[in-house]
Amino acid sequence: MEHAVETTLTVNGAKVTRRIEPRQHLVDFLREELGLTGSHIGCEHGVCGACTVRVNGEIVRGCLMLAVQADGCEVETIEGLSDSRELAKLQKSFHEKNALQCGFCTPGMLMAAQDLVRSKKKVSREEIRAHISGNYCRCTGYQAIVDAIDEVIQGK
Amino acid sequence: MGKAELPLHAPGTKVDRGYIGQSVPRPNAARLLQGRGTFTDDLRFPRLAHVAFFRSPYAHAKIKKIHFEKASKSPGVIAVFDGPTVAEYCTPWVAVLAHLKGIKSPPQHAIAIDRACWQGEAVAAVVAESRTQAEDAVQLIEAEWEELPVVVDMEEALQGKKIIHPEYTDNICFKREHDTGGVDEAFAQSDVVVEETFHFGRHTGVCLEGRAILADYNAAEHSLTVYHATQAPHMMQDIFSRHLKIPEANVRVISKDVGGSFGIKVHVYPDEMATAAISVILRRPVKFIADRLESFLSDIHAREHRVKVRLAVKKTGEILAFDLDDLTAIGPYSVYPRTSGIEGNQVVNLTGGPYKHQKYRARMNVVFTNKNVTCQYRAVGHPIAVALTEGIVDLAAQKIGMDPAEFRRKNLIPDDAYPYTFPSGIKFEKLSHHQTLDKLLQVMNYDALQKEKNDLRKKHVYRGIGLAAMIEVTNPSPAFYGVGGARISAQDGATLRLEPTGMVTVMCSVTEQGQGTEAIFAQIAASAVGVSMDKVRVITGDTGVTPYGGGTWASRGAGIGGEAVLLSGRALRGNILDIAAAILKMEKAELDVRENNVVSVLTGEAKMPLAELGRVAYFRPDTLPMDFQSELTVTRHYTPRQYGFTFTNGIQASYVEVDPDTGFVRLLKHWCVEDSGTVINPMLVDEQIRGGVVQGIGAALFEECLYGPDGQLLNGNMADYLVPMSGEMPDISCFHIDTPTRQSQLGAKGVGEAGTAGAPGAVMNAVNDALLPLGARVTAMPFTPERILKALKKV
Amino acid sequence: MKAPPFAYAKPKSLAEAFALLERPGAKVLAGGQSLIPSLNMRLSSPELLVDITGLQELKGISTKDGKLLIGALTTHAQLEKDSSVKKLVPLLAEAVPHIAHAAIRNRGTLGGSLALADPAAEYPACAVALDAVFVLKGKSGERRVKAAEFFKGLFETALKPGELLVAAEFPSGGKSAFLELTRRHGDYAIIGLAVHESRFVFFGAGATPVVVTGKSLAEAKAALARIKPPADLYHSSATKLHLAGVLLERAWNTLSKPH
Repeated sequence: MEHAVETTLTVNGAKVTRRIEPRQHLVDFLREELGLTGSHIGCEHGVCGACTVRVNGEIVRGCLMLAVQADGCEVETIEGLSDSRELAKLQKSFHEKNALQCGFCTPGMLMAAQDLVRSKKKVSREEIRAHISGNYCRCTGYQAIVDAIDEVIQGK
Repeated sequence: MGKAELPLHAPGTKVDRGYIGQSVPRPNAARLLQGRGTFTDDLRFPRLAHVAFFRSPYAHAKIKKIHFEKASKSPGVIAVFDGPTVAEYCTPWVAVLAHLKGIKSPPQHAIAIDRACWQGEAVAAVVAESRTQAEDAVQLIEAEWEELPVVVDMEEALQGKKIIHPEYTDNICFKREHDTGGVDEAFAQSDVVVEETFHFGRHTGVCLEGRAILADYNAAEHSLTVYHATQAPHMMQDIFSRHLKIPEANVRVISKDVGGSFGIKVHVYPDEMATAAISVILRRPVKFIADRLESFLSDIHAREHRVKVRLAVKKTGEILAFDLDDLTAIGPYSVYPRTSGIEGNQVVNLTGGPYKHQKYRARMNVVFTNKNVTCQYRAVGHPIAVALTEGIVDLAAQKIGMDPAEFRRKNLIPDDAYPYTFPSGIKFEKLSHHQTLDKLLQVMNYDALQKEKNDLRKKHVYRGIGLAAMIEVTNPSPAFYGVGGARISAQDGATLRLEPTGMVTVMCSVTEQGQGTEAIFAQIAASAVGVSMDKVRVITGDTGVTPYGGGTWASRGAGIGGEAVLLSGRALRGNILDIAAAILKMEKAELDVRENNVVSVLTGEAKMPLAELGRVAYFRPDTLPMDFQSELTVTRHYTPRQYGFTFTNGIQASYVEVDPDTGFVRLLKHWCVEDSGTVINPMLVDEQIRGGVVQGIGAALFEECLYGPDGQLLNGNMADYLVPMSGEMPDISCFHIDTPTRQSQLGAKGVGEAGTAGAPGAVMNAVNDALLPLGARVTAMPFTPERILKALKKV
Repeated sequence: MKAPPFAYAKPKSLAEAFALLERPGAKVLAGGQSLIPSLNMRLSSPELLVDITGLQELKGISTKDGKLLIGALTTHAQLEKDSSVKKLVPLLAEAVPHIAHAAIRNRGTLGGSLALADPAAEYPACAVALDAVFVLKGKSGERRVKAAEFFKGLFETALKPGELLVAAEFPSGGKSAFLELTRRHGDYAIIGLAVHESRFVFFGAGATPVVVTGKSLAEAKAALARIKPPADLYHSSATKLHLAGVLLERAWNTLSKPH
């Protein structure tokens, strides 16, 4: 009894209308249907954070949202936020501080970090660690990531 | 080639350090930061099919019959395959090596035939237009099984009442004994004998990118291109060629961006071989990505050991002998082609490594079980060897009432004792144990920290300091695998090409998985040739493009690949100067290449930009002497020859606080002093070490693959298997001592695995130091709150 | 891990929702933070997901007669930011940051968490400690159920088929404390404790929130000793009981401190 559902959403500023199978989660839709492969799949049960994207301005796990639930929503991915330069400061800091190695966690990590930076709260290193504690990185020791986010938050 | 120390010198030219030693940000990180990398799952191909596997729900069972009728009719299904069908296209393999005497393992097929031997082993494959449709069809497969006796416990496996493989009379894959002689005498002469049994929990890599392979067979050419998230593309080229019967040069293996590997992605996986075979059968591209649940079931596990160790010590603190009994449980098959005997072999080789005792006896048994297969995972064997060594050393220090740092100082091999042959047979070129110990105690402010700890104890705050001295295997020669008959290359090559516009392209057989391989090659190439780094582009991970080589594993990338790049860069510089001399009508010795220009050695004056030299060499060779030919593409190879392994040394410290009511451990700080010889990029090395330390912390406190008595994996998902996340990790301070190897001009040893090797031991010793006043001690990793509470006799 | 196939409908009114929920194999979808992982892992196969996130009646936070009425579709993030929650029902405000991570809190809902009744979840224990009242609505009308009577068993609540939890009502004021033990930030609780006035309610200690009362710490500890928390992968029942005792003592001492 599965019917594709006509869904209209805005992705990185562009309006997209598709008939989507209800069971397809948002990050699969972004990757497979729209070719936006910057958002990654690491676990598909909401724990690793690799799929973090922004929906209506809030970070969400792309694997825990059905694409059809994004109807009428504004979705922003790493590609969009890179092109709009919203992530430029974080990306520069990550680059200079070597806050990434394989890069697989990086889009999700940047999304989570930007969420904190946007809040404009001058948080401590411990609070940074707590905020990104839902983003798994296996390559770095997290320290360079914390350093990079800290630098941007402190406005250095 | 003469061996030299930095500043670098080469025949005919003089090169200073250039970028070597500088913390340059990685050029290839830019695309990763924008989500514009290309991981294997990002690739799109016409007619790309997707495979999902039907995996055994039982740890050990005969496959009586598999019914594919419903699955075949499921929407989107292209084909369904069982073991015998795939075996017609892919031959089985046996993972043994000649130098591991007596190692045995049954043949393993791409898809199991007749019998499944671990829960999660693939017994059928479904190919469909999408992964989703393939999974739908997998659910429709019906199988009839006959359950067989399951062997899970390692002691039970060793006892051999239930034999897993009917062709054998025991469950022993490999065993080894080593005896220097004189061990019993040493124990008799000692004042104190300490003894401990350590348990190490089986755990796994959990790379964020799942295993990924996209095989593309071209029926017209009988050629196979495999896009493979692998660390060793040439090794895989050889294996696909031999097992799928495709001529070697018709197989091309390409590694795009790889999302972490840590050794997980250097092995041969049956489901990946099946994917390649299926591409051949179907004559179209086929992709397989291991999802997280099947990753836990089928990515190699590692490090399940029970080790009994005894130490003979004099009351002056001198270690007289080590006596070791190691039992380790692998899966039902030794993993191809590196074998599952290496990890245990390393434990035998490396136990006691930093110390100057002469007597050593070890026995080691590697037993088959009906759990997932195991093989080399970052720091292979070192975490076990270091933890048990440093654990028993701390216990000995405690028993004779000596400070642990002092005890180590009394026993570490002196810094001027080299070259040195250790009782297990391994040879050290030159280590710096005392220098690293001194540095560590200084940077962590050891005495002040001990005082702080003791003061807090009076207030019932239980903190502990733990040290772990270590040696690490890096830059291996063919002694590791080649001598055993494996077609695994211990040499690597680098081709450097000057482009017409003066840019340099580097093509090297060592691969990148995020550690910064391509960045350091750019640094070395730029320095060796004389160009700025922005002029260099690096290509790795393509057997059709790079020279033949080994890839990345055993911390060999910088030391071996880097040396090949250096040698090639120097040779290219020499060839550039030949052309410059011809163009400028000057003597070669009067010229040098610096910062993208040919310059006068005497005055430093720029004589010609490289772009101009390129233009002439490529487009106006008519202006050069008649018998002159420009050679602006140069290839050099490098093999470490003098030492079987280039050992490094380091020492780590952990500072923890244990809550005696909850058994929770808080990691306050971690330090690492590492001597890996020439450091090409300190920033990259430091985060590699930190990442390694965090993996080691995972092993010490959080990670374990839990199996039930029936061989079922109980915690194979990210909520139940606990990987370290940022909230619980300490800041990790890294320092370096620099003892270059003289086997190469670069002098770089390896460092990628050092963090993981030492961290579990350091954390264990810190936890036990914290528990000491409470009369408790823990020896089974991971140290969960329950294990600590049990040691405290609170439960 | 791709979900099995299902149909999807997003009702625009409660009446429409109730009608859809009568269909065979219909399941409620709100935030999806618990449901969708189970679908991706093929642990459940509903025929139809009824997405209730469009129902405005289930949204919003309001106060009335000193009680805080929180709509079931209030996300954890909204609850976290709301000033009246912080002021009037600080126990909830203290509990929310422990729920998973920010990205999950942006989608997960109060109603979803209460209706799922995960034994390791924070809200059910808080609700029982606060003596909250849940508003349930079905085709046949509305009814109110006390939190203590709502949680019946493992993932089992008083919700009848076709019924929706539409709001939860919390009394304000009173002393409270919240403690949770996890190996890592944001994990499901090994054991946790929500305290309000003299009600000590454990989560992770049984199929449903476990209430312990006592006029003294010794009495409360004695009551605790009668509990048999289920073991989990890493902690035996005895360990969990021990940890519960530690939390009890810590909470008691915190609350006993003079202000």
